[in-house]
Amino acid sequence: MTALVIRGGHLIDPAAGVDGPKDILLKDGRVADIAGPGKLKQTNGAEVLDATGLTVAPGLIDMHVHLREPGQGYKETIATGTAAAAAGGFTAVAAMPNTTPVNDSPETTRWMQAQERGAVVRVFPIAAATRASKGEAINDYAALKSAGAVAVSDDGLPILKDSVMREALAAAARVGLSVIQHAEDTRITHVADKVASMNAGPTSFKLGLRGWPNEAESSIVERDIRLVGELREARPHLHVAHISTAAALAAVRQARRNGLRVTCEVAPHHFLLTDEHVGPYDTNAKMCPPLRSTADRDAMIEALLDGIVDAIATDHAPHAVHEKEVEFERAPNGIIGLETALGLSLRWLHHEWKLPLGRVLSLLSAQPAALLGLKGRGTLTVGSYADLVVFDPKAEWIYSAREGKSKSRNTPFDGWTMQGKVRWTISEGRVAYSAEGA
Amino acid sequence: MSPTATSARRVLATPPVAASPFPYNSGSLLSCQDLSLEALSHLLARATTLENQDPLTRARILAKRRIALLFYESSTRTRTSFELAAKGLGVDTTLVSSLSSSIEKGESLKDTGLTLRALGAEAIILRSNSSGAPWLLEAETRLPVLNAGDGMHQHPTQGLLDLRTMLAHLRPGITAVNAETLAGVTVAITGDILHSRVARSNMLLLPRLGARVILCGPKELLPELAAQAGPGIEIERDFEAALRQSQVVMMLRIQAERLAGLQLDLEEYKAAYQLTGQRLAALAPKAVVLHPGPIIRGLELTAGVADGPQSAILEQVKNGVAIRMAVVERALTAASDQGGRA
Repeated sequence: MTALVIRGGHLIDPAAGVDGPKDILLKDGRVADIAGPGKLKQTNGAEVLDATGLTVAPGLIDMHVHLREPGQGYKETIATGTAAAAAGGFTAVAAMPNTTPVNDSPETTRWMQAQERGAVVRVFPIAAATRASKGEAINDYAALKSAGAVAVSDDGLPILKDSVMREALAAAARVGLSVIQHAEDTRITHVADKVASMNAGPTSFKLGLRGWPNEAESSIVERDIRLVGELREARPHLHVAHISTAAALAAVRQARRNGLRVTCEVAPHHFLLTDEHVGPYDTNAKMCPPLRSTADRDAMIEALLDGIVDAIATDHAPHAVHEKEVEFERAPNGIIGLETALGLSLRWLHHEWKLPLGRVLSLLSAQPAALLGLKGRGTLTVGSYADLVVFDPKAEWIYSAREGKSKSRNTPFDGWTMQGKVRWTISEGRVAYSAEGA
Repeated sequence: MSPTATSARRVLATPPVAASPFPYNSGSLLSCQDLSLEALSHLLARATTLENQDPLTRARILAKRRIALLFYESSTRTRTSFELAAKGLGVDTTLVSSLSSSIEKGESLKDTGLTLRALGAEAIILRSNSSGAPWLLEAETRLPVLNAGDGMHQHPTQGLLDLRTMLAHLRPGITAVNAETLAGVTVAITGDILHSRVARSNMLLLPRLGARVILCGPKELLPELAAQAGPGIEIERDFEAALRQSQVVMMLRIQAERLAGLQLDLEEYKAAYQLTGQRLAALAPKAVVLHPGPIIRGLELTAGVADGPQSAILEQVKNGVAIRMAVVERALTAASDQGGRA
């Protein structure tokens, strides 16, 4: 593998406490050297990328994506999904198991990581917590972990039964994995054949849509925290996926105060949009959990600024155009997010709400790396993986879903102004995305 | 780009909600909220003119124009009323219903709409059990779409015919409406508000004309947040207190098909909310009684009230044809004005 030099850039590596002009030498997929401008040694024969005026940071890590393979390649493939990731500055993504079949086996977990899938950035499978994600029988976590799984989750569905969730937390703790819970009490959100399709509130009443109340999320989070407390000795790690309500955040905050290992992620749409953005039945504003009230959205912003939130994760959920061109209640949940997460986070969290750039980047790299136990990622020190993103933090640009790398276009952010244009994404020393080649 | 410290508790700017692009077609009637008071006045006036016109003259107005009725839900009143209204203006109508069409084979609303457009439909009248379906159909076909009831959301022509009925009783002879036309009028809407598109259409329309709307019903069928749907809307759980204040009493059916597991004791419901002759005589002896139908005699109201002198239920049905003639005329003439037909 050829060597690569990133020269003239401004390195921000929050985990290493670096914020200054640095040149970086990458060799054999690893960081070989970091030095002040022009001070690198042994750069002979290395290809040089000129990052003058640009920011260099650890590659972004999205701990919650749906790549749709195996089985749903018409929505996205591992190749197209990782191409979208690379375009968005991500060098690693954690892929949820709600594929066809559900990824509840070491075989599928390995299949997803095989070279033939054509991934351009690293894919870390999150395996199903229970067999076929039915919430009944837990899987063999040791076997899944040795096949490469970095966490377990039945995402898209909750683990409802107390006994099963308790067993999952205990079993995952034994092998050092976290349980990522999709907190939704479906006994509240699914009644008979009717399924709630947006947040419960004045807007859902006005639109005549069945509402998804906040308690359906917070009650599961509270139950899970109680179980983590009961299993305190085993030190289980509960991670709350796509948190969306102030009440659930309050429960996480309290659990932390009590010394429990409870973490959470928030998606850009939940810190930017409210249920009013559903507007006249925009199916690209339909996801699960749904867009919430202004008070809940504001609580997400506060929690990001306060540091209660551990990671920004996109819940990238591609669906084909025809699947979203239907009546609102019939449309599938989810939006794509890999190509907009950085641009939205910089535009709003950093530029508008003044969260320091290093903290924004940490939420998108160092922190998710730590949550998933990804060693040598989320930071750029000598010997760590050569996963990095080079971007122009000042550049404003307009996102066009049509021009995106994802196979799908279901996003409410089409036409939005983004800040921070990715110039190169480098995955283990290879250029996975270059704006020139876009 | 220098990062500044996070300051405590500021008012943060957040992304605005984009203005709705609907309706795309000026002939569409998706919701009563699409209509300005001026447009509303015009429709009411046209309804009267068309109703009084010689049927043979009237049948030449839109002779041989084409409208499709697309019905995904069963309907007696609305479908027949729209059909008679369109035919009264000379329009050729065709009915597509979910049980006798490709809808059964899984065809999407988009494809059914595009097919109807290709067959020459110049407007589509849609009844759907999905809230928001008319918005989808209009966006995909760009034809004038008339909402004949979408899920639990809106039933705008019902709102208009209810208004026409109220005006005939309370403001006879009036030709145009404004923001004070119904000042001093209280309308009680009682029953299954949660699942009712009729309630939503009325509660958002009537306060624009100065009326006060009281919603009445048990918590299961009337959530507190209904009062936040718009201005001029209040909740009164006590039916008799609501009756005492009202000049218009609108009763709604319990929608068994939408209850979704909700347990409701019908005997308790009747004891608290049934409109009986006794209650009416004692508490609202002059009020106009409305009901969008279908009525369930002996449940939300007694047979005596339905057939009694205060009942305007059949007038509502009759007004429906006049209103829908005006709405159909608007759909086809507004569309040709802008040359927007496909």
